[in-house]
Amino acid sequence: MPAELDRRRMARVLGRSEQFAQGDVACALGAVLGGCDFFAGYPITPATEIAEAVSRMLPRLGGVAIQMEDEIASLSAVLGAAWTGSRAMTATSGPGFSLMQEGIGYACMTETPCVIVDVQRSGPSTGQPTEPAQGDMLQAKWGTHGDHEIIALAPSSVQECVDLTRLAFDLAEEYRNPVLVMTDGEIGHMRERILLPDLADVEPRHRQRPSSLPDTFVPFAATNGKVPEMPDFGTGYHAYVTGLTHNERGFPATDDADAHTRLVRRLCEKITDATERLTRVEVDSEDGARVGLVSYGISARSAAGAVRLARERGIRLSHLRLVTVFPFPERAVLEFVRDLDRVIVPELNLGQICHSVREALAGAARVERVSRIGGEMIHPDEILHAVSHGGEPV
Amino acid sequence: MFNTARHIRDTYIRDEMWPSIFCTGCGIGNVLNYTLRAVDSLGLDIDKVVFCSGIGCSSRLPGYIEADGLHTTHGRAIAFATGVKLAAPELDVVVFTGDGDMAGIGGNHFIHAARRNLDLTVICVNNHNYGMTGGQVSPTTPTRGTTTTTPYGNLEEPFDLCRLAIGAGAPFVARWTMGYPYETIAAVETAIRTRGFGFVEILAPCPTGYGKANQQRDAPAAWAWYRENTITRVDLSRLSPEERASNQRIVVGTLWQATKPEYGERYRELVTRLRQHDDAGSDPLPPG
Repeated sequence: MPAELDRRRMARVLGRSEQFAQGDVACALGAVLGGCDFFAGYPITPATEIAEAVSRMLPRLGGVAIQMEDEIASLSAVLGAAWTGSRAMTATSGPGFSLMQEGIGYACMTETPCVIVDVQRSGPSTGQPTEPAQGDMLQAKWGTHGDHEIIALAPSSVQECVDLTRLAFDLAEEYRNPVLVMTDGEIGHMRERILLPDLADVEPRHRQRPSSLPDTFVPFAATNGKVPEMPDFGTGYHAYVTGLTHNERGFPATDDADAHTRLVRRLCEKITDATERLTRVEVDSEDGARVGLVSYGISARSAAGAVRLARERGIRLSHLRLVTVFPFPERAVLEFVRDLDRVIVPELNLGQICHSVREALAGAARVERVSRIGGEMIHPDEILHAVSHGGEPV
Repeated sequence: MFNTARHIRDTYIRDEMWPSIFCTGCGIGNVLNYTLRAVDSLGLDIDKVVFCSGIGCSSRLPGYIEADGLHTTHGRAIAFATGVKLAAPELDVVVFTGDGDMAGIGGNHFIHAARRNLDLTVICVNNHNYGMTGGQVSPTTPTRGTTTTTPYGNLEEPFDLCRLAIGAGAPFVARWTMGYPYETIAAVETAIRTRGFGFVEILAPCPTGYGKANQQRDAPAAWAWYRENTITRVDLSRLSPEERASNQRIVVGTLWQATKPEYGERYRELVTRLRQHDDAGSDPLPPG
């Protein structure tokens, strides 16, 4: 069982409630606020500062921060810790995120809560280590093999690095699933003013622990909704945890088509059924607009800039910012485009979430993109140009 | 009369997982037996023991034990175990792994865990091949050994897993074959009792995989091979210097024992020191 939050120590470790902080450090502060008590990581630009910050903070709170031998080991240690009741996190960037994919699938299959911060950098491969990108967005959803669902949040500011990393822990606990915080090298290394919440209001949500005694407990039976209760190792429940297809008792059932179907459908549905609850979007609709922007993360700032410029110039332009990227908020996006003819998706990649948008709209509006790679931000004028002259096709 | 075998079965075996997946003549069942006897003779509270494993035949062992079990991804058992033990130091963490799992895909985790010296027990069932996938060459396959991916004989040199563990800093290292039950049980007990990284390599036959192409097709042939090709450390020391120098047999026994600081204890000392310092409201702590 997790220890009670020691708010007095937390206050000392977190520092002032108003700070001028770097995005990576803000993720670390958000982790502490989210009750994180275990971190394992491996240095990688531009995510290293998260590991450095938690290495300073967590031991002072009685938590664990360890540098492992690689990213695979980092996520593995995180998942091991999670089974003892820890609220565990790792942080990385593209190359490390690629290495973690198998572990993400294991976490989905075994319903192990964990938080992964991906400070995206320009790829593929080693790419531009110090430059921001949003090139891992579909990898977040599809990077590991087999059918599965993940929860992914995309901060657009340093403040949101605090808030969404904190939230990620609650969602990981509630849904027993990996929760990905998809930030990028720009936000990660940028400094902005942040406000930390009053610690009296910080009350992390915990996973459901067994409500029955070990002799009647069925570890992977979803009796209460679609998320099973989770015992901690060492509490007498004798949980057997395997990445193999397993029955509700947790035992291998690899040649049982029904068991596999039931399991994997439930794993997916526990997330997709909750799409509305998980949906966080920010909508700025303008009356009479026929064109809208759908954005997320760092490029939402370019989009917001474009909206400001457009309105100065008398161009009607609406904007929806995805805070939750996965499960994809289909209904919110569909509602947003009700009066629109065209939707433009600005991204620091050659077109990723624009595909999710197009899929969600199913022809309800034309989807175009503004794509920029190479490490520079999208200029609001580029978006406005696409508004007036059309963006790249999706 | 007290029947140890029945006691072990009734106390520790998960009935609904039976029968096991293991082939006739496989040595992994012996390893399960020896490990459970060690756990029993140490009087461990089974509720406080976690068995971790990776992928492969030996990694199926935790499933057969009525205890917490973490059957993880290929090669990563020791890394998962590191998370379990660091987050819950009150638990005894035992890793079952194999030569392919631990020395092939997971080799890096193995040497770093030995170096870090966290209090883990790693039991490696070395059967000289990737058995579950049907007998491919592994990092411990003897040179010239025939496997499905070295059909003309293995050109590589095998790892000596114990020397690797010693070189990486493990404070307890032993090697036995499944033909030495009492010695193996004692080694597993010592590995569990060792405050730090305890490593036991157990040579065990794989008649279905490695054995069939290497004159170890059935259990008697395999056991004969292990008897003829191993020598205890004590017997080795009784040989003349010339005989010792020309020894080609695999040395079994306790190969290394040392006392060194355990990582988890060091970590908790750091936590205590930082908290005392924070409580005193002093200046930032100097490192060290």
